[in-house]
Amino acid sequence: MGAVVRTLPIRLEGVAFEHGATRLLGPLDLTFEGSQRTAVMGPNGAGKSLLLRLCHGLIAPTAGRVRCGVAGAPTDPRVRRRQAMVFQRPVMLRRSVKANVLYALNRRGIKGRDARSRADEALSMVGLQGLGSRPARVLSGGEQQRLALARAWVLQPEVMFLDEPTSALDPQAAQAVESTIQRFHERGTRIVLTTHSPGQARRLADEIVFMADGGVVERAEAEAFLTRPQSRQGQQFLAGEHTVSPAVHPRREDSHHE
Amino acid sequence: MLDAFASALALIATVDAELAGIVGLSLRVSLSAVFFAGLLALPVGAAVALFHFPGRSAVIVLLNALMGLPPVVAGLMIYLLLSRVGPLGPLGLLFTPTAMVIVQSLLIFPIVAALTRQIISDLWEEYREQLTSLGAGRLRAIPTLLWDGRYSLVTALLAGFGRAVAEVGAVLIVGGNIAGVTRVMTTAIALETNKGNLTLALALGVILMTLTIIINGLAYGLGQFARRRIG
Amino acid sequence: MSRYKLVRWAVVLGMALAVSLAHAQDRGFITIASTTSTENSGLFESIIPQFEDETGIEVRVVAVGTGQALRIGCNGDADAVLVHAPAAEQQFIDDGCGVDRREIMYNDFVVIGPGNDPAGVADADSATEAFGIIADAEAPFASRGDDSGTHKKELGIWSEAGVDPSGSWYRELGSGMGAALNTAAGMDAYIMADRGTWISFDNRQNLEILFEGDPILFNQYGSVLVNPEAHDVKHDLAMVWHDWLVSEQGQAAIGAYRLRGQQLFTPNAE
Repeated sequence: MGAVVRTLPIRLEGVAFEHGATRLLGPLDLTFEGSQRTAVMGPNGAGKSLLLRLCHGLIAPTAGRVRCGVAGAPTDPRVRRRQAMVFQRPVMLRRSVKANVLYALNRRGIKGRDARSRADEALSMVGLQGLGSRPARVLSGGEQQRLALARAWVLQPEVMFLDEPTSALDPQAAQAVESTIQRFHERGTRIVLTTHSPGQARRLADEIVFMADGGVVERAEAEAFLTRPQSRQGQQFLAGEHTVSPAVHPRREDSHHE
Repeated sequence: MLDAFASALALIATVDAELAGIVGLSLRVSLSAVFFAGLLALPVGAAVALFHFPGRSAVIVLLNALMGLPPVVAGLMIYLLLSRVGPLGPLGLLFTPTAMVIVQSLLIFPIVAALTRQIISDLWEEYREQLTSLGAGRLRAIPTLLWDGRYSLVTALLAGFGRAVAEVGAVLIVGGNIAGVTRVMTTAIALETNKGNLTLALALGVILMTLTIIINGLAYGLGQFARRRIG
Repeated sequence: MSRYKLVRWAVVLGMALAVSLAHAQDRGFITIASTTSTENSGLFESIIPQFEDETGIEVRVVAVGTGQALRIGCNGDADAVLVHAPAAEQQFIDDGCGVDRREIMYNDFVVIGPGNDPAGVADADSATEAFGIIADAEAPFASRGDDSGTHKKELGIWSEAGVDPSGSWYRELGSGMGAALNTAAGMDAYIMADRGTWISFDNRQNLEILFEGDPILFNQYGSVLVNPEAHDVKHDLAMVWHDWLVSEQGQAAIGAYRLRGQQLFTPNAE
């Protein structure tokens, strides 16, 4: 197989994204390194989801470039193998819970008994052991999201991107998801998540990247930003004035950009 | 009309050997055609859905249009192909059930491919980011999507089956409606109508419709059962 | 994985279907192109089993219009033809499509029309006169219009009567005998049909036989082998059939056939 590819640090160099005539993000320079947990925060339309998708290679920047680790683009299969992403709404394949996790393993060439035991371990990790043979689609929202986490984690990714992982869940389910994320962090996975909940950021983040109008406005330690935001937008945001960024057409952040 | 139903029941009750043969052949021909057409149409439909190649729009329009290919035209085309004076003449396939399977496959293919394209396209919209993240690019996603869309795809196959089992023009031309060899339900109905035996023709029609309803019912029931068990 | 098992089963089933269809075609057989009216008369169902018993050769009949039957013969898609259009049969041979024509049998046509006979066809002394009466009265007449032997016979009689049939009263249908009779019954029209189809026709409504018996209405059947030098046909097996039709057994079988108690075909091979 060769040496394990290191995909950190993630460097964004002059990255911008335009859709038609509208600039949605950038140009910005940003680096993710180290092992701390990062929360990307900001009002709707700030570009948070876009940022994650650019880092994961789901979208190509219209200017600049993204580099993961030693000169690797995020679309390189070796890089992608070391990353994982969990979306706001989990996408479950029409098969059993365990089969969903096995799918991720099989995609990367891990099969047979080895795959099955790793799948079991991942399901235990998220508290879904015993539900392996249940059809994935009959699970509750929270359970599906935890399944998505298990599936994302089973390959021991170096980096895990999570795009508003709990915004579609009730508080109890959200709590279960949060503790799972914390567990991943403790096992060594670099967490980068987006959220618009300061409470969640406080619980789950070591540092906060605050975005507005497609740019990074502030970057600080979580506690520092949450108690004493330096920027005007940051202060407005935390004070509860979530305005839609005027530079952007009002659109859902998780819509597909093509 | 009631005579027809009564005759239909009488026909079935007497378990007429000839009728059984005709029904059996209808099913074997049309099911084979669905099988072979589906084998090709499912991956082709999925590929057209996923890949943007030059001329893609033309292919989509063509597939949609060919859903309306008149069976007699298809029959004529295959006849010219399989006739001894045609390019595939030496194969000796004309007036055989194989020829009927070929022509019905031709009729079914556009339907299944076009419907598959639509189904897979919608699925890809939903799954694209997640599958890409998991390392399944477009090509490797095809079997995943086909399996995940299996219930809708079965409906597409049933649509193809319906078209095949109901048509008469194509199988008449390439099959020849030979008694005991290439006579199927629809050509038998056409023959009896031709002879003026309208009651018998209608009775055969009732049987054909009943068969189609049963098959659709079975497929639906199987689907519901599978859904509940496997999800 | 239940998924793969299912797919594998489907493939096996598909292959089995295909094989079952292919296998069924593995016997010594000949293909005869004939006409729908001959098939509809039930003659084949009666005499073919006798032939198959005696010779062990399976006979497959493709029944279409005369024009199409001869075209099938010319294409080499049949081994022999059995039709009832002597002129067309001769042309068939002249074109190099067929060899060795033999007269086998004849049946007859009848002139059918609505029971009240508005044109007065029943009083005619000949078929030609009957047709002339219909044309003069411009009574609705249903023609098969499909280039079949029946259609050619009908056109021949119009020609004898000095009539070029056209106008809204003359309906060219482009269909087989049974379908044409259905239409005629629905339209209360006159029509010329072969006796066989008429005997087994159940949707008569107001129609009845109004004229018959004129020798011009006799319908001669001929068997012609497809030219073995033009196509790779089963000439030897077809010859067995050809010989049998004119043999004592074949001719007797033809003469013995009864449709609803009536004899349809008169064997007349030399």
